[in-house]
Amino acid sequence: MIAKQVNQKAWFMVLPVFLVVAFSAIIPLMTVVNYSVQDTFGNNQFFWVGMDWFRDLIHSDRFHDAFLRQISFSAIILAIEIPLGIMIALAMPKKGWGVPVCLISMALPLLIPWNVVGTIWQIFGRVDIGLLGHTLAAMGIDYNYTQDPIAAWITIIVMDIWHWTSLVVLLCYAGLCSIPDAYYQAAKIDGASRFSVFRYIQLPKMQRVLLIAVLLRFMDSFMIYTEPFVITGGGPGNSTTFMSIDLVKMAIGQFDLGPAAAMSLIYFLVILLLSWVFFTVMSNIGEESSNGGA
Amino acid sequence: MAHITLKEIAHSYAGESENPEDFALKKLNLTWRDGGAYALLGPSGCGKTTLLNIISGLLHPTRGQVLFDDEDITGLPTEQRNIAQIFQFPVIYDTMTVFQNLAFPLKNRGRNKKEIEPRVIELAKILGLEKDLHTKAQHLTADSKQKISLGRGLIRKSVNAILFDEPLTVIDPQLKWELRSQLKFLHKKFGFTMIYVTHDQTEALTFADEVIVMYEGKIVQAGTPEALFEKPEHTFVGYFIGSPGMNVCACELQENRIVIEGHELLLNRTYTAVKATEKVEVGIRPEHLSLAPPDTNGLPVKIIRVDDIGRHKIVRVALNDKEFNVVAPELSDMTGDRCSLQFDTGHTNIYVNDHLISGERM
Amino acid sequence: MQLELRNVSTKVGGEYHLKDISLAFDAGTLNILLGATLSGKTSLMRLMAGLDQPTSGKVYVRGKDVTGVAVQKRNVAMVYQQFINYPNLSVYENIASPLRIAKVGKKIIDEKVAKVSRLLKLDDLLRRKPQELSGGQQQRTALARALIKGAELVLLDEPLANLDYKLREELREELPRIFSETGAVFVYATTEPSEALLLGGNTVSLHEGRVTQFGPTIDLFSKPANLITARTLSDPPLNTLPVTKFNNRMLYKSHVEIPLLGRLPDLPDDDYSIAFRPHHLYLKRMSEAMISVKAKVVVAEITGSESFIHIDVAGMRWVVLARGIHDPDIDKTIEVFLDPSKFYIFDRNEQLVVAPEATPIV
Repeated sequence: MIAKQVNQKAWFMVLPVFLVVAFSAIIPLMTVVNYSVQDTFGNNQFFWVGMDWFRDLIHSDRFHDAFLRQISFSAIILAIEIPLGIMIALAMPKKGWGVPVCLISMALPLLIPWNVVGTIWQIFGRVDIGLLGHTLAAMGIDYNYTQDPIAAWITIIVMDIWHWTSLVVLLCYAGLCSIPDAYYQAAKIDGASRFSVFRYIQLPKMQRVLLIAVLLRFMDSFMIYTEPFVITGGGPGNSTTFMSIDLVKMAIGQFDLGPAAAMSLIYFLVILLLSWVFFTVMSNIGEESSNGGA
Repeated sequence: MAHITLKEIAHSYAGESENPEDFALKKLNLTWRDGGAYALLGPSGCGKTTLLNIISGLLHPTRGQVLFDDEDITGLPTEQRNIAQIFQFPVIYDTMTVFQNLAFPLKNRGRNKKEIEPRVIELAKILGLEKDLHTKAQHLTADSKQKISLGRGLIRKSVNAILFDEPLTVIDPQLKWELRSQLKFLHKKFGFTMIYVTHDQTEALTFADEVIVMYEGKIVQAGTPEALFEKPEHTFVGYFIGSPGMNVCACELQENRIVIEGHELLLNRTYTAVKATEKVEVGIRPEHLSLAPPDTNGLPVKIIRVDDIGRHKIVRVALNDKEFNVVAPELSDMTGDRCSLQFDTGHTNIYVNDHLISGERM
Repeated sequence: MQLELRNVSTKVGGEYHLKDISLAFDAGTLNILLGATLSGKTSLMRLMAGLDQPTSGKVYVRGKDVTGVAVQKRNVAMVYQQFINYPNLSVYENIASPLRIAKVGKKIIDEKVAKVSRLLKLDDLLRRKPQELSGGQQQRTALARALIKGAELVLLDEPLANLDYKLREELREELPRIFSETGAVFVYATTEPSEALLLGGNTVSLHEGRVTQFGPTIDLFSKPANLITARTLSDPPLNTLPVTKFNNRMLYKSHVEIPLLGRLPDLPDDDYSIAFRPHHLYLKRMSEAMISVKAKVVVAEITGSESFIHIDVAGMRWVVLARGIHDPDIDKTIEVFLDPSKFYIFDRNEQLVVAPEATPIV
C-alpha cells in the first residue's frame, strides 16, 4: 500500500518539470518539425512537401560547406584548447597567494558575455584603431580579417581560445587538486620521470573532468554563433559562415522557413549524435584503461 | 641497505627559532643498524610522522643531520635517497596492471625486461599476487593494493630503508593479521632496514625489534618490546603500551616495602630514600596482578566491574579511591564483591616523578 | 522504543546488499553490527535511519510500520567515522545546534548542554572551536550532539576508527556507561571483534549481507552458532582443522587422530570442521589428553608479554598465542598441542554441533 502511494506521489512531483520541459523544448521542437515538412508562399498557407526539404538540404553544397566549416572549427578548437588547458592547469600553483590570483584571472574571460567578447575582438583586430590589427600592420604583416579568410579564421580561433581555455583549465585544475600528495611522493620514490607522473598519475586522475571538458567545449564550439556574427558576420564571402549563422540567414534573412526548419533538425541530430559518439568513445577509453589489458 | 644515524635532529615548522615550544621535534639522536626493524610509536602529534618525513627527505630538518652509512644525506632530495615508502592509503598506478605496478621502479631506473620479469614474478609469488599479475591494480581490494605498494618497495634490492606510515589503517582486522605476519616474514627473508610509524601498540610491538616511544616531540624510551612491557622507564610508556595500560598508584616507599592506603607490600628490591617532595608511585601491569579469595594475603579490594572480553576478563577493583585493572583468566569465576589483590613483586616497578628507579636486588 | 526489522532485503542491480534480515532491538540496549568491510553494516544502518528504503520487508518502531517514512520525520541521530562538527561554531553551539533548530528555549538548552557535556567530559571545553580540540574531543562533541536531541535511535558508524589506539580504548570504556544513561536504542558498527567484546551488549554478526547470529556479544564469542560467526568474533584469527568421522574414528587425513571424548561418539559419520582459538593451541603439553601435531614455523610476532607464532600444519595456517616470549626460527619444525576440551565442532553445513564446556576455575 505505502509503496504504491509513494510511487504516485513521485509522479506528481515530476509533473512541474515535465510541464517546463514540454513548454521549453518539446512544443517548440514539434513546431519546427511541423515547418520542416511543409512549404509556404505567405498568407499562412501551407503545403505538405514530406521529406523534400531534407533531401534537398543533404544534397546541397551550401549545407556541405557550412557543415565542413563547423566540424573543422570544432576540431581545431579542441585540438588547441584541451592540451593548452592541461598545460596551464599543470603550471598553476597548488598553494599560496598565487592560487586566488590565477583562479580569478582564469575566470575573468568566462564572465564576459558572448557578444561583448565578439565586439572586443572585432575592435581589437581592426587595422585602423585596434591594438592587435594596428600592431600587426605596423610589423608589416598583411592582416585584415574583413578581407582575408585565413585572417578571419585565425581571429575567431584565437578569440575562442582566449575566451574558453579557462574553462578547461579550471576543470583540469580541480581534477589535479584532488590527487593526494602521497601519489607524488610515491612517484618520486619510484624514480618516475616528470612525464611518467603526468602519464600515470595526473592524466588518469583527470580523465573524468577531461571528458566533461571535451564534451562542453565540443557542444559549445559546434553551436558558435554570436562571436563570428559580431566580428565577421560570416564573411569574407562565406568563409566563416558556420552552421548556426547559415541557419539564421536562411530562416530570417531569406525567410525560408521550411528548409531552415529541416536544417535546424539535422543540426540538432548531428550535435546529439556527435555528443553521444564522443561520450561513448571517451568513456570507453576510461573503461579500457581500467578494465583492459587483462 | 644501510645503517641510519640521526644526529642532533630537531625540527620546527616555523623555521629556526629560539623558543623550544616551536619545535615539533626536540633534539634527538638515534642509530639504527642495517637490517633492523624499528617502530616509531606514539599518539597523534607526537612528532613521529615528522621524523619519518625527515628520513624520507620530504622535510628538511631545522637542525641536525641524517646519515646513511655515515654519509651525510641531509641535503639530498627523496628520489636520491634510495628509500621506499608505504603510505596510510594504498598508492597504486590505476591504469597499470599489477605487473606493471611492480615493475615500475625498475623500469624507471632503466633495467631491461630480462632482468625485470623474473624479479616481478618471484616477488608476486611471495606476496600472493601471482594470480592477479595481469589485472588492473585499481580493481583489487584494499589489502591487495597495499601489498602492491609494499611490492614496489621490495622490488629494488638496493633500497637503503623501507618506511611505513601507518600502513594498516584501511585494512580489516582479519586481514591485518595476514599482512602483519607477512611483513614480518618479508623482513626476516630480505633483511631490509624497516621503519614503521604507528599509534597502534600491537602493530609496533609485533613488528619491531626495537620500538621508539615518542611523546610531545621527544623520545620517551627506545627498547625491545619486552623491555617496554616489563620495565617502562616512564609512566607514559607504562600507560601507552599494554591494553589496558599499566596501573600507576601513589604510594610511600621505605627501602624494600611500599605502603598503599595504609597497607604494606614487600618488594624484592631495596631502594634508597627519596625526598619527601618527590612524587612516588608504584606501577604494575594488569597481567601481573591476581585476585585471591577475601581475607587472604594481599590488599583488600572491592570489585567494581568485570568485563568479559572472551580470551580473558578485565576486572576493575578499588582500594578506597585507588583503582586497579586486573587481567583474570578466561573462565575465572568472580563471586562476591570483595577479594584480595596480589602483586607479582618481580614485576613491580617504582617511579619517582614519573621516572623508573631501579633499586638494588636483594 | 523498540526497533524491529522484519524480513528486510535490499537489492541493487540484481544483487542483494542485505538479504532477509529480521532483528529486534529493545530500548536502552547497545547493539553492535560486527562484520568485515562491505558486509552490510552501513546499508543496514541507512535502512534503520530511513535514509534508504528496503526492496522488501518492513521496519517497525514501537510496533508501528515506518518503512516509507523519511529520515526527517524519524527521531534518529547518527555519528560517523569522520568527525563531523560545524567548524565555525563553539563546542557549546555545536552541541546545542539540534535544539536551536527545534527552537527550544534558552534555559532548557543551557540545562541540557550542561548535562550532556558533563556526561562526555566536555564541560571545560565548551567555548573552544572544534579545530582546537583533539580527535577524541571532536568525536565526543559529535556524540554529544547526537545525544542531546534525545533521539530514540542513535546510530554510530565506526565512530572510533579515526582515533588513536589509546583514545579508542578510553572511549570504549566510557561508552557503555554513557549509553546506559540515555535509554535510547544504540546501534554501533565496527569491524573489530575486540571492540565488540569490550563494549559488551548484543552483537549482530554480519557476513555478505546476511545475519549469521544475533545475541549477547559474549555468547557469540563462547557459543557461536556457525563457523562464520566464530571467525567474525575471533581476533587473532580462528584455527580450523577439517576432519572426517568414520568407523568410530575421527581423522584429519591420516595425520591427526582426534580421540572420541565427551559428545563426539554420538555424532553421525560425516565431515566436520574442528575450530579452536589461538590461545588454546599450546607449545607445551599441559595435560595427558592433548594431541600433538608437528608444524613448521612461518613467523613469530612478539608483543612483549605474549607471542603469536604463525605455523604451517600440512598446508594449513594456524596461530599459536603463547604467554611469554617465544621466538623460534622461521622454517623450524616444532610440536604444538591441541586441547580437545576446547574444540568447537561444526558440521558439513558449518553449524555448531559441539562447543567446549565451561569449567570455571575459582
